[in-house]
Amino acid sequence: MIDVRLTAVSKRFAKSSDSAAVDDVTVTIGAGEFFTLLGPSGCGKTTTLRMVAGFYFPTSGHIHFGDDDVTHWTPNKRDTGMVFQNYALFPHMTVAQNVAYGLKVRRVSRADQARRVTEALEQVHLAGYGDRRIDALSGGQQQRVALARALVIRPRTMLLDEPLSNLDAKLREETRAEIRRIQRESGTTSIYVTHDQAEAMAMSDRIAVMESGRVQQVGTPHEIYYKPANAFVARFIGRSNVLSLPVTGATDDSVAVRLPGGATIDVGAPAGHGLGAGDTALVSARPEHIALGGDDDTAAMRGRISHVEFTGMATNISVDVDGNEVMAALIDAPAGLQLGDVVGLRLVPERLWVVKP
Amino acid sequence: MTAATRTAPAWAAALGRRLSGGANSRWFPYLLVLPLVLVLWGFVVQPMFATFRESVSANGSDNYLQFLSSSGVARESLFTSLFISAASVLLCGIVGVAMAFLLKRFHFRGRRLIEAFILVPAALPPLIGAVSFQLLYSNIGIVPRGLQALLGTEKPVLAFDGIAGVLVVHTFTMYPFFFLAASAALAGMDPSVEEAAYNLGAGRFRVWRTVLLPMLTPALISASLLVFMTSLASYTAPLLFNVSQTMTMQIYINRTNGDLPMASAYASVLGIVSIIFLLAMRWYEGRRNYQSQSKGISAVRREITNPIGRWLAPLASVLATLVLLAPVAAIALVAFSEDRSWTTEVLPPTYTFENFVTIFTDPKAFEPILNSVQMSLIAVVGCVVIGVLIAYAVRRLKFVGRGLLDVAVMIAWALPGTVVAINLISAFSTGNAFSFGQVLVGTFWILPLAYFVRFLPIVFRSSSATLALIDPSLEDAARNLGASWLRAFYTITVRLMLPGVLAGALLAFVHGVGEFVASVLIYTSSTVPISVAINNRMYSFELGTAAAYGMLQVLLIFVVMWFSGRLESSRTATRRAEQWTN
Ligand SMILES: Nc1ncnc2c1ncn2[C@@H]1O[C@H](COP(=O)(O)OP(=O)(O)OP(=O)(O)O)[C@@H](O)[C@H]1O
Ligand SMILES: [Mg+2]
Repeated sequence: MIDVRLTAVSKRFAKSSDSAAVDDVTVTIGAGEFFTLLGPSGCGKTTTLRMVAGFYFPTSGHIHFGDDDVTHWTPNKRDTGMVFQNYALFPHMTVAQNVAYGLKVRRVSRADQARRVTEALEQVHLAGYGDRRIDALSGGQQQRVALARALVIRPRTMLLDEPLSNLDAKLREETRAEIRRIQRESGTTSIYVTHDQAEAMAMSDRIAVMESGRVQQVGTPHEIYYKPANAFVARFIGRSNVLSLPVTGATDDSVAVRLPGGATIDVGAPAGHGLGAGDTALVSARPEHIALGGDDDTAAMRGRISHVEFTGMATNISVDVDGNEVMAALIDAPAGLQLGDVVGLRLVPERLWVVKP
Repeated sequence: MTAATRTAPAWAAALGRRLSGGANSRWFPYLLVLPLVLVLWGFVVQPMFATFRESVSANGSDNYLQFLSSSGVARESLFTSLFISAASVLLCGIVGVAMAFLLKRFHFRGRRLIEAFILVPAALPPLIGAVSFQLLYSNIGIVPRGLQALLGTEKPVLAFDGIAGVLVVHTFTMYPFFFLAASAALAGMDPSVEEAAYNLGAGRFRVWRTVLLPMLTPALISASLLVFMTSLASYTAPLLFNVSQTMTMQIYINRTNGDLPMASAYASVLGIVSIIFLLAMRWYEGRRNYQSQSKGISAVRREITNPIGRWLAPLASVLATLVLLAPVAAIALVAFSEDRSWTTEVLPPTYTFENFVTIFTDPKAFEPILNSVQMSLIAVVGCVVIGVLIAYAVRRLKFVGRGLLDVAVMIAWALPGTVVAINLISAFSTGNAFSFGQVLVGTFWILPLAYFVRFLPIVFRSSSATLALIDPSLEDAARNLGASWLRAFYTITVRLMLPGVLAGALLAFVHGVGEFVASVLIYTSSTVPISVAINNRMYSFELGTAAAYGMLQVLLIFVVMWFSGRLESSRTATRRAEQWTN
């Protein structure tokens, strides 16, 4: 069932340059889904979310909640629960008053208010904090009050704009699991905005990767990681080598390319890739799918090590292959890899993927 | 080394070391602070006690009982003063907050025009301000007479008189306290807090009531206290609009009738009320405000989309700008009118340059300008020396009683000019240790002294504000490189404070040149200042010359305003208002 639908939504700000902040975005979000907008700073995530919340109106396009066209509804009619990046708690109210605000607006009876506020605070592990002043809370606690305030009204859609960006690394990981747990329990459709790809991967049912106001790819974390639609997505999600390789043949869902070492391999490709013999394919190869091995004849490619760093989990190296930098993450690398060593590299063909430019 | 083995020279050397230890030595602060304490005690605090003694000298507590008796002028005046102050707070609050919302939250044509001139009425010296409003809106004012001519009525239309007139002056000159406080609060407010309320389903009215107004409350309370205090001290407006039963007017009337004890009783009551307000303000200032530093794009100004609004906005802006500039325009117009020629016409009938020519060629007419400039300069020198040192002591040194020193300066700021004048009369009409046994009342020195007391806080504040921005470790660095305290203080701290001090000094100078409230009570016939000359000319119906003096003051103010605006662009808006509005 479709819960939120954006159809060809664009937003141009009156005075900014001619380029659109959000450009022709079409996505559908299913009921109960945890949907993430992911992209670098300035790509239009917040603008998109604020159009869903009703703080901006699209320049063109439509937004539907279920069957309702809400494109021009005011924010207070939309029944969304928004968690702001800086929490936006009311500084002149206590924790409980903050959480109760939306209930008061909805004319919920006093007894129900009290009960639901208590429940919501329990849900975010803040039971007993109701009478605290906002400025007597830590950042993480404030974040959870903001969450409770949005949750307690049982909104049809939760909107979260980088709610974790003000927390330190450890708290961020704890809280993201917590948010996901609460979302699962309540089954609320959620749209989550972040520029942190690890966060997006860990939390989301589906992710829309955005860049310069456009959606580059929509898919599950798995699809986005293993089958990036284009070079931008491949590089933005995790780390990736994008190799330009000559095409020797193609089928509907694969392309045969020749490696620098001379061997030819088949690489998975999206339907309608349009490549044929004689073209050059862009192939995304994750560093962890590259290993040491092979001599002059059998290696996929060879080069000189230009950078080595040991992280504990893996040894990251960069190898200079004919002037192109290739990154590899080696598990169990032999001790004594040196800068300047010439090494051979092997690829895992089933993990490679042809991307669009 | 024990005390017994110390020889006298060794002890002297130790003393020398301690002194050069400067700010870091334990009792150096007291050495610096002692003279400052003596000055504040001698010229601010002690005169207050002298006034109190004076008020109970003749017939004990009788003077004060009059404030309690059910009938009589004293009680009536106290109530009128309180009523005027409360009404001023209300009016200024409505006008100031409405302007702030309009200008900060909406985008419409003409907005910048209003913003450019919004502080003009408040920047006028008190007497000029009141005179210009009298020329504009009173019985004899241009607007009521204009309307009378237009509508063909018998009497001037919409003429403000008495208390209503006073309230008009107060509203126009004091609403910036609210405007600036509310603007700053709105600008500092995190827009997403407001959005959160909309998101939770609140309508516009509810957001106002439950989020915006509560968050503005701290700013509004500070502004209310300030306006209340300033209205209480207001003297010129009641004088010009003939409201004789206010505290300040009663001080003046009793003083001119020779009843100094009664004048002193009024001054004591007014002084105490003012100090209570000062303390309330300081107590409140330390409390929370709701500024937040959130990242991201700040509050978006709403376009006015309503077609009627779109049409009206530029019109209203032009009208508002005209109203804001009208006082200066009125003064300028009348400055070129012939003395005594303007009787019942809407505008002065005949124009001339004569007024300015007279002022600059007739030595008698030029004398008030010389007097004011001379006396203000003397006062400013004192203000700078003492003000900078007090600012340094309060900001940088640790000593017992630091808070009291600070409060003592602020008392000088809180006391109405009339009260300062009465205090000085009470203290210095006989010889006094602080005047080296000389009688100061009736001499040249009494006015510079009054200006010094009134405007010391201005220099203190701007010095203290710049000092707050200077990293104390700069001075430490100089000491570390081998400079003595005095050298470090002089070459680093004073040097860096210079722009702030200069701005404060200029401001004090302008205020001195425009000072009227205290001057009118204590001037001597050989040292008539400009404002008293203006007042005298008004009395003898030489409106043109009076306005010409006023115009010169306005020019001086605009020049200084422009200049100090360049000096200190980083100052906060609120502080600017407190300096300019008096
Ligand atoms: N109110 C506004 N007026 C003009 N331009 C705006 C406004 N809001 C956003 N923009 C512009 O639109 C573009 C997208 O902004 P947006 O805030 O949506 O980015 P974002 O993806 O949320 O970035 P970040 O991760 O930094 O929050 C930016 O170029 C921004 O400068
Ligand atoms: Mg954003």
